[in-house]
Amino acid sequence: MSRVEHATPSSRIGVAIFIATFVILALAPYWADRQTLRLLVEMFTFVALASLWNLLAGYSGLVSVGQQAFVGLGGYLLFAMVIVLDVHPIAAIFIAGPIGALVAVPVAALIFRLRGAYFAIGTWVVAEVFRLLASQISVLGGGSGISLPASAVIAMAPSRQMREFEIYWLGLALTAAVLIGIVILLRSRHGLALTAIRDNELAAQSNGIDVARIKLIVYVLTAFGTAMIGALIFLQKLRISPDTAFSVNDWTAFVIFITVIGGIGRVEGPIIGTIVFFALRQTLADLGSLYLLMMGAVAIVVMLWAPKGLWGLIVERFGWQALPLQRRLVLEKETGGKA
Amino acid sequence: MQWLNVILQGVLIGGLYAMFAAGLSLIFGVMRLVNIAHGDLIVLAAYVSLMVTQSLGVGPLTSLLLVVPVMALVGYLLQRLLLNRTLGDDLLPPLLVTFGLSIIIQNGLLELFTADSRKLQAGAIEVHTVQLVQGVWIGVLPLIQFIVAVAVVAGLQLLFYRTALGRAFRATSDDQAVAQLMGLDTRHIFAMAMALSLAVVAIAGVFLAVRANFDPAIGPARLIFGFEAVIIGGLGSMWGTLLGGIILGVSQAIGAQIDPGWQLLAGHIVFLVILALRPQGLFPKVSG
Amino acid sequence: MPDALLEVRGIDAFYGDFQALFGVSLTIEAGQVAAVIGANGAGKSTLLKSIAGLMRPQHGDIRFDGASITGLSAFEVVAHGIALVPEGRRLFPSLTVEENLLIGGQSRRGGPWSLTRVYQLFPALEERRRLPATALSGGQQQMAAIGRALMSNPRLLLCDEISLGLAPIVIRDIYSQLPKIVGEGLSLIIVEQDIVQALKAANRVYCLQEGRVALEGAARELTRDAIAAAYFGV
Repeated sequence: MSRVEHATPSSRIGVAIFIATFVILALAPYWADRQTLRLLVEMFTFVALASLWNLLAGYSGLVSVGQQAFVGLGGYLLFAMVIVLDVHPIAAIFIAGPIGALVAVPVAALIFRLRGAYFAIGTWVVAEVFRLLASQISVLGGGSGISLPASAVIAMAPSRQMREFEIYWLGLALTAAVLIGIVILLRSRHGLALTAIRDNELAAQSNGIDVARIKLIVYVLTAFGTAMIGALIFLQKLRISPDTAFSVNDWTAFVIFITVIGGIGRVEGPIIGTIVFFALRQTLADLGSLYLLMMGAVAIVVMLWAPKGLWGLIVERFGWQALPLQRRLVLEKETGGKA
Repeated sequence: MQWLNVILQGVLIGGLYAMFAAGLSLIFGVMRLVNIAHGDLIVLAAYVSLMVTQSLGVGPLTSLLLVVPVMALVGYLLQRLLLNRTLGDDLLPPLLVTFGLSIIIQNGLLELFTADSRKLQAGAIEVHTVQLVQGVWIGVLPLIQFIVAVAVVAGLQLLFYRTALGRAFRATSDDQAVAQLMGLDTRHIFAMAMALSLAVVAIAGVFLAVRANFDPAIGPARLIFGFEAVIIGGLGSMWGTLLGGIILGVSQAIGAQIDPGWQLLAGHIVFLVILALRPQGLFPKVSG
Repeated sequence: MPDALLEVRGIDAFYGDFQALFGVSLTIEAGQVAAVIGANGAGKSTLLKSIAGLMRPQHGDIRFDGASITGLSAFEVVAHGIALVPEGRRLFPSLTVEENLLIGGQSRRGGPWSLTRVYQLFPALEERRRLPATALSGGQQQMAAIGRALMSNPRLLLCDEISLGLAPIVIRDIYSQLPKIVGEGLSLIIVEQDIVQALKAANRVYCLQEGRVALEGAARELTRDAIAAAYFGV
């Protein structure tokens, strides 16, 4: 009899810290001001987006520079459902997920024909197509975009404060769900396959792992999550336009930089990366394009000289695991009878 | 007759797209590197030309004499000092480093030149037209650009298959280690390939700048056009890339004729259809 | 006493954590033909790659014509006058036969070998000069690979398992040309699985066993038993 154990001493501490942090954050509406709450929601959405991108690129080897396609898709689905179908905004978020996943299937069928960097550019083309299509839809504002109608806004909650609390808790819940979902996936059989693919795709294939199928599953799941987060983002913004919905800078460049700096291929990476990113943003404030320029330079430096990112350096140095993702085989002795 | 005109315009701009693609295809062939900053480097070349024409008071086509060597040098140094470090089995470093480079170039240009739209003036030649056949007129400048594009593609073919450098490119692409055994410094070969790629980029950038307005943000779209031309035409074939560019240009022209908002979409859709039906491209080079 | 042409002194070679060579030493005089024999995995190819600069030896020293070439890159080693005919031929598939030969001459060292001389040595290649290198038979590919190495006008030619995968008659044919090559003032190190052929062609023999030199001596002086013992480590 044997079993696989996932926890390590440091991961037990890690989980405890996560739970404590979650409780503190859940209570934030009672101790934080409005500004901080908005900032926290922004951070949550980036942690979620970066974690999902990490799942694609860091674990499955699918480097996408076109995830903004699904962020924008989620946003536009929300606005479409609210404006055209009169759906409750919060319900719309949860419908955007499955639809995003459905859309991902034919998209994958097309772009999976491309490999490596060509796949990356292919994802970008898809995002461009979505953007162009969105600007053709006049009922959703065409090229200039549209605002969420007041009636829908009020349907969420009677007071602005309540609405902001709702969005905050939704953001926290969705992000936690994304993280938990990723951890569960990685702890499962599929997760083992993913780690194998990450380490050596050819070897994984020759060991009987259906690499193509797993990549498709991961791509569709990522689209599911990304679309929901996108819907939430634009619900908070209360306004959408093709350029903001499908912005490469906001939804891909920042996400990639966060993940690279935090640590690709590790679940903790995007979390660390987001904290660093926002800390830098607060201190460097209004530097505009100079800020992006520096981020680009830092990402290049990290990619060349510390490719495992900040968390990677920490793992190498201290061997910490913040989450119970390790696999250790524990053999238990037979209690009696013949061996 | 109007449709003939539309298609002709598409063919002519296809030449420009083929030039966007040629540089991209070259470095992929030699070192399996896809340069995500390729489009932004085209825009960089346009701005370099802007500076040269403004400070020296020469025309854009004359500025090529300076812009091409400058960009070639930039390419050599870029590869030698930075991009050579990203080459290897892992796919992430070259992708992310060139993506970072793309962001740096865009924002650097934004800081230096602002987001204002610019255009280079080529003088009277911009309005001259010539009659091809009865009732069909095309601009002299687009025609010159197309002829140059064909010449560039032909030149690259010649270089690859008739010169020692081309031999070195092909050998290094086949087997890096054995190429070293031939006395080839592969770091230098890769840098030469990038220098050549950026020389082509320089020409493309100047033509782009004369033809249309440009600003720091239009790089990614040029990358996408180049990439689509390569995929439509088929990997590994320079002439295929030219044809791919032409097909893309014609698709866009037809789309624009149906509805101005459909210009870009038409091109993307044709690309996606070809990807779906014939992913190896229309004229792929048979390897081996 | 003049310097030996090639002096390998106590080199270790590693593939990652795996050590393939342990303190290997070897000396080649000008005009000499040395054979390096040994079982699979004994380190023969590793030795040649280390000399050619494809691998960097840890510890130890390699001197060629008095100058240290330890740690030089392969393309620098070629400039000094050492050429490797790699295991498995490894002609360039994108190049024709003639282009493969021409690129061998890329380093432009002076010397007797030219396209004409190589075609004289291997007429079968001249007939097929415009074909892609992959269209050749195994034996012809081996000739092309040797010709390609000769084009750099080396002083020392390293041949890694040139008999691999070839029919005996073809092997004899190729080996019959070796004296012509050596006659031009070239020294040779041949790595061979075919011991009989190696002993016939060489003046001096080194036998490697699990990364160490188990036996060395003049080809004519070594007994069959001594060689078998060194080869198998019995």
